[in-house]
Amino acid sequence: MRITQGCFSFLPDLTDEQITAQVEYCLSKTWAIGVEYTYDPHPRNTFWDMWGNPMFDLSDAKGVMMELADCRKAHPESYIRFNAFDSTRGFETVTMSFIVNRPKVEPTIRMIRQEVDGRSQRYSFETVR
Amino acid sequence: MDATTSPETPRPTHVDLRAELESSGVKELLDELDREMIGLAPVKQRIRETAALLLVDRARQTLGLAHDTPTLHMSFTGNPGTGKTTVALKMAGILKRLGYVRKGHLVSVTRDDLVGQYIGHTAPKTKEVLKKAMGGVLFIDEAYYLYKPDNERDYGQEAIEILLQVMENNRDDLVVIMAGYADRMDRFFAANPGFRSRIAHHIDFPDYGDDELLRIAETMLAGQHYVFDAGARAAMAEYVTLRRGQPHFANARSIRNALDRARLRQANRLFEAATGPVDAQMLSTLIESDVRASRVFRGGLDVSGKGENP
Repeated sequence: MRITQGCFSFLPDLTDEQITAQVEYCLSKTWAIGVEYTYDPHPRNTFWDMWGNPMFDLSDAKGVMMELADCRKAHPESYIRFNAFDSTRGFETVTMSFIVNRPKVEPTIRMIRQEVDGRSQRYSFETVR
Repeated sequence: MDATTSPETPRPTHVDLRAELESSGVKELLDELDREMIGLAPVKQRIRETAALLLVDRARQTLGLAHDTPTLHMSFTGNPGTGKTTVALKMAGILKRLGYVRKGHLVSVTRDDLVGQYIGHTAPKTKEVLKKAMGGVLFIDEAYYLYKPDNERDYGQEAIEILLQVMENNRDDLVVIMAGYADRMDRFFAANPGFRSRIAHHIDFPDYGDDELLRIAETMLAGQHYVFDAGARAAMAEYVTLRRGQPHFANARSIRNALDRARLRQANRLFEAATGPVDAQMLSTLIESDVRASRVFRGGLDVSGKGENP
């Protein structure tokens, strides 16, 4: 099942040139790029593992793309995303986030029903490989 | 996105080099270099040649005669204070205008920024610097400190290996300029043949002549809205000659320090001697005694003294 999170996730996967162009856009806005990866793309899993520190002092997208290449090499079957952090006072938050790598076979999300308190139903979701 | 499917635009059949020079804005930068940098004739000549070569290379690329990115890594050798960093800054501008680097910023580093303190510290540190320099120019000052032959477990070697790899693989992404004293750079290159073969342009910075240093002094002062009076100018000329013979002479940098001290003495003199209000002319004129008070006129710093002295 195709996981859709963040910007561009309903589009076909971005090529490296397109990723570079997006990163250039972020850098032109002086946003800092952080690389994160995870093997559990559950929608409630917001804390992905960080791949190195966010990069605050870059001028060119190549530096980010080098980190992406390293991360892909180490975790080819993971989800990798870029977070663009806007440090402007008053924002100080992630303003853009998009997925740049997906595993070949994506996990599916399954709904679980649970019977509680008499006959009421509780629903939750889990990722299944 | 579908650049591959769009019909290829026909290649131009000729290129007007002179128009290219004008439109790229390189001429402006070269003229600026000529105007702002005093002396350094051989350096300017070399930079003109390099710019011409790059311009021709680019023209060849538009006509489809060449495809490879030329090797642009450089080494600047010369004594301290001969303008290596300033010229590197200009070089970054030239490379940017010719489209050989994308951003054209200069990241200036020394050994401390590249080499770590313990095992496993060097690689991330060097990589961090390289990431910062991507799309621009990495200027490594006193590059020979990276290599310490007397300590084979020195972490500098690790930084050198990463640098060499990036210099080879990311030639489109960054240009490395190494700078330092000529003799020590030669020894550095002899011990690391990988660097020598990867560096295409060696530019040697000559020492400034006495009259050039005097002109530099006057330019520096003009930049800060000061002037010499006639006596001070003569004293400064004498100072330059004397200072050259004394230890720790660093060309333009020594001159800048001397001027800073002269301004200090001028301020002091104005305080002690002023009886009434001072006018703009008094505040901006350095007189002979401001320069003459320097220790250089009394034989310079004694042997035990350390560092730069006026």
